[in-house]
Amino acid sequence: MSNPYVIPAIIVVTLATVAIGFYGLTLARTTSDFLVASRMVSPTWNGAAIGGEYLSAASFLGIAGLILKHGVDVLWYPVGFAAGYLALLLFVAAPLRRSGAFTLPDFCELRLGSRRLRKLATVFVVFIGWLYLVPQLQGAGLTVATVAGGPYELGALLVGAVVTGNVALGGMRAVTFVQAFQYWLKLTALAVPAIFLVLQWQSDGRPAVTPEAGTVFPAATTVVVEHAATLTLPDGTTREVRPGDELSFAEGDPVPKISSVDAVDGADWLLPGTAGDDDRELFATYSLILATFLGTMGLPHVLVRFYTNPDGAAARRTTLVVLAMVGTFYLLPTLYGVLGRIYTPQLLLTGRSDAVVVLLPSAALGNGLTGQLLAALVAAGAFAAFLSTSSGLLTSVAGVLSTDLLGRGSVRDFRLATIVAGLVPMLLALYVSGLDVSQVVGLAFAVAASSFCPLLVLGIWWRGLTDVGTAAGILVGGGAAIGAVLLTVVGPELTGWPAVLLAQPAAWTVPLAFTVMITVSWATRRRTPADVAATMLRLHAPEALRL
Amino acid sequence: MVLAEVARRRARPDLTRAELTQQTEVGDVLVRGLVRAQLALALRLSLVVAIGLGGLPLLFAIAPRVAMAKLFGINLPWLLLGVAAFPFLVAVGWAYVRLAERNEQDFTDVVQRPER
Repeated sequence: MSNPYVIPAIIVVTLATVAIGFYGLTLARTTSDFLVASRMVSPTWNGAAIGGEYLSAASFLGIAGLILKHGVDVLWYPVGFAAGYLALLLFVAAPLRRSGAFTLPDFCELRLGSRRLRKLATVFVVFIGWLYLVPQLQGAGLTVATVAGGPYELGALLVGAVVTGNVALGGMRAVTFVQAFQYWLKLTALAVPAIFLVLQWQSDGRPAVTPEAGTVFPAATTVVVEHAATLTLPDGTTREVRPGDELSFAEGDPVPKISSVDAVDGADWLLPGTAGDDDRELFATYSLILATFLGTMGLPHVLVRFYTNPDGAAARRTTLVVLAMVGTFYLLPTLYGVLGRIYTPQLLLTGRSDAVVVLLPSAALGNGLTGQLLAALVAAGAFAAFLSTSSGLLTSVAGVLSTDLLGRGSVRDFRLATIVAGLVPMLLALYVSGLDVSQVVGLAFAVAASSFCPLLVLGIWWRGLTDVGTAAGILVGGGAAIGAVLLTVVGPELTGWPAVLLAQPAAWTVPLAFTVMITVSWATRRRTPADVAATMLRLHAPEALRL
Repeated sequence: MVLAEVARRRARPDLTRAELTQQTEVGDVLVRGLVRAQLALALRLSLVVAIGLGGLPLLFAIAPRVAMAKLFGINLPWLLLGVAAFPFLVAVGWAYVRLAERNEQDFTDVVQRPER
């Protein structure tokens, strides 16, 4: 499939990102200016920037793909991604801003006065940052391979290189403008094609999403098999297929089930899992909800943004703006997933469901000018998603690396750290092309929820927290989540309860982290910082008092 | 540059609010009251979300009929999770911002009350 507008659209987005970055560079002068945008960013810009930074490849591509495959049960992903900002607003936003902490390690030192805890937090920030960067680069590779026919490696390396260069040269101020621009671009890139798609669906006579006879191909389709699998036709007969086999289907043919792709059909797709048939499914749902609700506040690139608010009250209002902006955006991927069921059912056979957003416009609207232009717009939006999220992540990872591990936080150290921090995920993305984008992102949320969420919540609201308790909680809870991540990604294939407990670990690792942190803090209560009362005053006293 | 150090240097004592900054018993009680009020507010609102949203999977699991109900030709779970959840979250957030600011206003009023 060739679309002459896709490559130019991607190039324009990339150039615009770099250009805005350089516009910002001329404004950046001193070190503090460079890192925190002088706290002069207005709430609207800041809100759009946070939204732009947050809506990643998982939001732009992954959610629609999951909905295409799994249906209503995965709607918890967008709900959880948005609700994470509510948790952030309720428990963290204003006090964190008042603390004056710029990063999570900063917060550790301010609240608990421990240098060693600071280092431990740094290690976790870097780990979560990299875990989250890899799927962004993977998504870029997938998009290039799908819509432009280029090699996977090209997309991954292109995004990695542009982001690394831009962050190294522009710093945070530039990134703020870039991110705000990216939010509006991403919203437009999904909203405009969505209008055309719904109109097309109307004029096609509103085909049913889950027809009685099962999903059918809307047009003649040829699918090339990638993995050996068993094909189950609707009449119950089965057939073995091998890699390289070409399967041809005529218009109106039913879509067979394939054993290599874990997708659900009919009523299972349309209706939530019921208690009788699977307790594990309910557990996985609640675990996912917990990870996304509580993980957002622990993501390193989200917290940095709060420092650019002038005060605690502004931080609260900005968070509310973000919640509204992110919520508006999340109305759209669902629509793509549902319409993908009608217009791109071949993805259920190939398993490449992450591609549904970029394939849908041309599949539904045909390869005419409108279809091609809209496909190019969506591809541009997808690239905006990779560029913005990876820029934010890289800024945070490079920030903590340059202040805590590699140097003392000068602009030169920051640039060096950016290059180091950018190269690692680029190499990883080349080696792990087989992982599911949304799954990796979900694991990053689980690690953040089991390490930094207890640190922030207890640190802000409980005087009894000690440095030893915090370290123990982060190591046990976060360590358990990391162990689960590694076992899921590189370990043996598991089934039953162990598989669920490791694939969605948050439901047990988050309570574990809280319990350990509270118990050990209580046992070491002599180590409570002497200045805890002053810290509490600073975290919670309104700015109007000008203390 | 370690920003924690910069921030620490900036924290300057202000004699006009001596009770709070010098951590007298009165000041300590005031701050504890504010922290407790804000935490109670946050917990109450998260309970609203925990029941309103968090109860849905359980509801769908134990009462599959609810999940099969349709509104405008669309199954209820799709409408609740795909659409209604987002305005609900924003509404809770809006309520929190208002109430939290009121708590802070109350605190400010107490601290700035003229001496009798």
